Amino acid sequence: MYNFEVEQPTSVADAVAALGEEEAQALGGGQTLIPTLKQRLASPSKLVSLSGIAEMQGMSADAGVLSIGGGTAHATVAAGTAASYPALAALAGNIGDPAVRNRGTIGGSLANNDPAACYPAAALASGATIVTNAREIAADDYFDGLFTTALEEGEIVTQVRFPVPEVANYQKFVQPASRFALVGVFVAKYPDGVRVAVTGASEDGVFRWSEAEAALSANFNADALEGLSLSPDGMMADLHGTKAYRAHLISVLTKRAVAAAG
Amino acid sequence: MPKDSGIGASPKRREDQRFLTGNGNYTDDINLRGQAYVHFLRSDVAHGRITSIDTTAASAMPGVVRIFTGDDFEGVGGIPCGWQITDKHGEVMQEPAHPVLAQGKVRYVGDAIAAVVAETADQARDAAEAIELDIEELPAVINMKEAVKEGATKVHDDLTSNLCYDWGFVEENKPAVEEAFANAAHVTTLELVNNRLIANPMEPRVAVGDFNRSTGDSTLYTTSQNPHVIRLLMGAFVLGIPEHKLRVIAPDVGGGFGTKIFHYAEEAFCTFAAKALNRAVKWTSSRSEAFITDAHGRDHVSTIQLALDADNNFTALRTDTYANMGAYLSTFAPSVPTWLHGTLMAGNYKTPLIYVNVKAVFTNTVPVDAYRGAGRPEATYQLERVVDKAARELGVDPIALRRQNFITEFPYATPVAVEYDTGDYNATMDKLEEIADLKGFAARRAASEAKGKGRGLGVNCYIEACGIAPSNLVGQLGARAGLYESATVRVNATGGLVVMTGSHSHGQGHETSFPQVIADMIGIDESMVEIVHGDTANTPMGMGTYGSRSLAVGGSAMVRATEKIIAKAKKIAAHLMEAAEADIELKDGAFSVAGTDKSVAWGDVTLAAYVPHNYPLEDIEPGLEETAFYDPANFTYPSGAYACEVELDPETGKVSIERFAAADDFGNIVNPMIVDGQVHGGIGQGIGQALLEAAIYNEDGQLLSASYMDYAMPRADDLPFYQVDHSCQTPCTHNPLGVKGCGEAGAIGSPPAVVNAVVDALQSMGKDITHVDMPLSPARVWTAMNE
Ligand SMILES: Cc1cc2nc3c(=O)[nH]c(=O)nc-3n(C[C@H](O)[C@H](O)[C@H](O)COP(=O)(O)OP(=O)(O)OC[C@H]3O[C@@H](n4cnc5c(N)ncnc54)[C@H](O)[C@@H]3O)c2cc1C
Repeated sequence: MYNFEVEQPTSVADAVAALGEEEAQALGGGQTLIPTLKQRLASPSKLVSLSGIAEMQGMSADAGVLSIGGGTAHATVAAGTAASYPALAALAGNIGDPAVRNRGTIGGSLANNDPAACYPAAALASGATIVTNAREIAADDYFDGLFTTALEEGEIVTQVRFPVPEVANYQKFVQPASRFALVGVFVAKYPDGVRVAVTGASEDGVFRWSEAEAALSANFNADALEGLSLSPDGMMADLHGTKAYRAHLISVLTKRAVAAAG
Repeated sequence: MPKDSGIGASPKRREDQRFLTGNGNYTDDINLRGQAYVHFLRSDVAHGRITSIDTTAASAMPGVVRIFTGDDFEGVGGIPCGWQITDKHGEVMQEPAHPVLAQGKVRYVGDAIAAVVAETADQARDAAEAIELDIEELPAVINMKEAVKEGATKVHDDLTSNLCYDWGFVEENKPAVEEAFANAAHVTTLELVNNRLIANPMEPRVAVGDFNRSTGDSTLYTTSQNPHVIRLLMGAFVLGIPEHKLRVIAPDVGGGFGTKIFHYAEEAFCTFAAKALNRAVKWTSSRSEAFITDAHGRDHVSTIQLALDADNNFTALRTDTYANMGAYLSTFAPSVPTWLHGTLMAGNYKTPLIYVNVKAVFTNTVPVDAYRGAGRPEATYQLERVVDKAARELGVDPIALRRQNFITEFPYATPVAVEYDTGDYNATMDKLEEIADLKGFAARRAASEAKGKGRGLGVNCYIEACGIAPSNLVGQLGARAGLYESATVRVNATGGLVVMTGSHSHGQGHETSFPQVIADMIGIDESMVEIVHGDTANTPMGMGTYGSRSLAVGGSAMVRATEKIIAKAKKIAAHLMEAAEADIELKDGAFSVAGTDKSVAWGDVTLAAYVPHNYPLEDIEPGLEETAFYDPANFTYPSGAYACEVELDPETGKVSIERFAAADDFGNIVNPMIVDGQVHGGIGQGIGQALLEAAIYNEDGQLLSASYMDYAMPRADDLPFYQVDHSCQTPCTHNPLGVKGCGEAGAIGSPPAVVNAVVDALQSMGKDITHVDMPLSPARVWTAMNE
């Protein structure tokens, strides 16, 4: 680690001001950022910790929309949404290990947009709204490839609003070493149609599988997916899986998600 | 009846109290007054020529004490190799220089180029980043078969090629083996890879060098399995420090698995720098550094062939292996694919003719050396996979084929130079069939199939050679060390014992099991016996812990020393009771005169030894302290039979281990609980190798699996509950305890069981797949199924 200063604002406004400085960077739960600093792969001169900001914590449900503060830890989400949005609770409860879940935050995960992360699939499949200190961004406009989002420099994810689906399920097939998603598929059924978001697979990061969405919107049954598949082109390949394997897993997991969602 | 103390009892591990409550004293816990910290600047290219190193700016950075480069080590010895192999032409192996810091060239990602010593670890790291370094990159030598081709880039310019040695064993057998193959009714051939592994002990390596300018004494604290070996290798070959001026201390060590046997450059550096700077110098490996500097394990590419006659008797076996040495020869690297591997190729079978060829190859990768099992897992894997394949090809039951070919008479001289003293392979197989409930397999398979899953059963045997071994023999085989073990037993005046052993405990529980043996011999409570190990200043010269040798060799030394103690104590007792020495009996901690009711307590005798008022001073010296060195007559040969049952998800290729049973013959057992634990851990590592772990280099020599993000360690939920049994006991015939060693068995016996099971599952699912290389990750299995 290189030396840095830490600031601990208690309001979003103060955090935004602090982040206005040269080389300042937001610190959520630190589960991605701290290891990066330890490896000396980043050298911010100041970390602005978001964990003391009360307005970024907690969850509330209103008119079919679940709002989660951007600073809310995965474990808190897992515990607090078990009744209101079980698929999301299960996803959050399956991220990393207890230490990661107790520190890591939904805002940090969505800001980081790791191509193998779980939350991006939930946000995209739910048609969530990413609320920042400056604006509201639809999930469809938010994710922008690997580790890239629509966020501007210094912009903070303060809240995420999830329209709660009728039924939903997330199927995560873990990469054996990291246990991030080798491929993860989130299926969410709404009155106006089904959304299917895939993480871990594409070279362009999380994406929606529109053919599957169309088929499932017409008939929400795993059989409706029969014959549908994605091309291995554009999928990621690494030690843990070829492009073809990832493309194949998407079909398998989507079917399983539909079957599990019931 | 389970015993509650002594040999055969399972007292809880006394060392766990301190390990689990934060009271352990590991090397990193040692901080010396005025110590400085070293950070190594390591190569990030696999192969290159160092064209310039400029440390001017870095030396001026805050806190920097001094920066060392290869030039500072001119005239200093290199890191030695402890075993010399003679190849099939009678030539000695090619042995490259192994400098403490790179000289001229870097040869793997992680090779140390410069060492920055500074007031703090961060300052050392900062300054290392400021070193200006120019490296002219050279093509990386990664693939072993390419590496030995004519005209291949050389890892070491001054060697004739990348071939370290071409070993043939037993060379004289070769024509007969060829003939047997020509006459065989059936030949089964299998090509396989024994995947490269990284040991990943929980505690990364640490070294603290210290120097006392008044006495001229050097001290090294290090994470080692064998401090005396380090003292000898580093003192004699690298730094030129005689043993009496060099003390090596390996305090609590958090796991070794082989990777902490070897003498590493960082140890020599810290010792050297402490003297050069007249202050203590400390190095603590980060986990990332461990991945690219701890010696790796395995990495063999083999072709094995089994010849059978028309009655399915094994008639001959031959195997060709390429064994990766990495960029330099680590301490015992050359012995692993040869003497620890070739000599085991007979396995449990009476195959009369065997020929083993091993080509050891230099590549631009981290040095490869012994890792739990060392050579024996590689032999077992080849043999037990090819036997399984043969059974399938011949359409015979794999267990029956094994039984038919078992060695049943002992002692048995194999065609690969070793003599098994004892064993009963049918007994462990019978036991396995029982504990694994093989009869119930068909029903379990049907249940899996009803869920849309495949299910496979894999069975195999193993034999290993442990308790390594007679010094004169290993000397003939090229070892540059003896392989005895030592113990000093010091009895204190009030009767307690301190046993100073050359064995080292780093997870094996010696502090618990060794006292069980000694206390049993005297008939006193185990709590009266304390084990001291890990410090060359207060233990006799010992060879350390590896190769499942601690109880068989180190324990035997303790028994011998305790026998001497008892003999002397009997003399004292005889004197005290005015009886003949021959009439004295020791039982339950008291000496008595046979046929009388006279007796003296153990404590009375020990007190007399140190307060010799009424004492046979004319015959014996006061005091009660004895040392013994024990050099075994042979290896020990633990053996067993393992069974694994897997479920396979055809949609994803994911394998899950549903059942795992191990029936081992370890000879006599001192602490069954500790033995269970050793087997459990070994199986965990074997399953890790079979399903999860792989150190993978790309063609540029970058380690792709260089962190836990990509190197998959086994976790609790990857492993099943085990059925472990060690009730089959054929005691070792040549050591006083009749023990054989249990530390590596699990890691040796389990990989073939897993792979045999997966192949069985695939076959049952109609896939004509006879082999998949480890690790059997979901992606590999699925790809094999869909190719
Ligand atoms: C061992 C381990 C296992 C893991 N497994 C999984 C897994 O299975 N699935 C998964 O999805 N993730 C996994 N993660 C990642 C984990 O979920 C992280 O917590 C998450 O990716 C980052 O969240 P954080 O709050 O820790 O962010 P930090 O690490 O603090 O920050 C990450 C990045 O986001 C920025 N940032 C943080 N908060 C905000 C905010 N509110 N607004 C704007 N920018 C912000 C930071 O500046 C930084 O660039 C794992 C992590 C670890 C260490």
